[in-house]
Amino acid sequence: MTLTDRLTDLANPTRFLALTARVLPWLMAITAILLAIGLFLSAQAPDDYQQGATVKIMFIHVPNAWLSMLVWGVMSIASLGTLVWRHPLADVAAKAAAPIGAAFTFLALVTGSLWGRPMWGTYWEWDARLTSVLILFLMYLGLIALWRAVEDPSRAARAAAVLTLVGALNLPIIKFSVDWWNTLHQPASVMRMGGPALDRAFLIPLLVMAIAFSFLFLTLHLAAMRNEILRRRVRSLQMMQASQTGGASQAGAVASDASTASRGDGTLKPTIGTA
Amino acid sequence: MALGPYASFILTSYLLAALVVALLIGWIGLDYRSQTRRLRELEQRGVVRRSARSATEIR
Repeated sequence: MTLTDRLTDLANPTRFLALTARVLPWLMAITAILLAIGLFLSAQAPDDYQQGATVKIMFIHVPNAWLSMLVWGVMSIASLGTLVWRHPLADVAAKAAAPIGAAFTFLALVTGSLWGRPMWGTYWEWDARLTSVLILFLMYLGLIALWRAVEDPSRAARAAAVLTLVGALNLPIIKFSVDWWNTLHQPASVMRMGGPALDRAFLIPLLVMAIAFSFLFLTLHLAAMRNEILRRRVRSLQMMQASQTGGASQAGAVASDASTASRGDGTLKPTIGTA
Repeated sequence: MALGPYASFILTSYLLAALVVALLIGWIGLDYRSQTRRLRELEQRGVVRRSARSATEIR
């Protein structure tokens, strides 16, 4: 089976739900194990010669900062899926990812702030990196608000997809802000030309935590997608119920009018509806 | 493990991350229970999808 066939197969929400039911327990277990190892390695990491023990904030701040951008990247691909390929699960994926991405971005901002106070002497500075990440956080909140404001999921999906793709322009700005402008924030020290500048004693716990948080995102995202599919089922069943009820009462009213008219006496007697 | 003079900043970072992740997990878990309960209620009232699968089957 080719990748295209597999993706087409997963376009069926029922098959997707069956897949998540099988995969989620494994993902939860892998995430918990990786987080435990990552936290253990972070606790064992030595103090930095300049930053002392505050370097431990890096193990929680950097994975959240990476994921804040990665989640928007995932949402951008999903938005292409909505606008170009009209994949049935694309907007489900984008909508489910937004609150998780917002949470990671919030953590990146707050842990960065808590790291900045002892290192820079300030919690916040309106420089390019911090401001562009704050804008990313506000964009997440804007998308969540948009999805909540528009009741019809398909209409909301198209508007949100356009907004997400426009917002993706912020990702290279965040990534290269430390190179393009003067900033308090340090330049890239892991994903850079010439390899990581970090010592292995810090790099290994950082990478394990980054992988653990990536698995956490994957697990939460699949679970949130499953919830969104169920929410849409509930909505469609409620609409079906409302149309049946509406149809029944209309049919009842028509039958009532007909029986009243045929009797010609103008009295209103209850009539059994046809629905 | 000595955390030095900035222990409060380090501990606050980790505790806050744990709290936010716990809230996310709790919110997603509660949402799942809420949606499956609503589906079950609709099915009990006789409102079923065309494929007529039960809420328990899609878990």
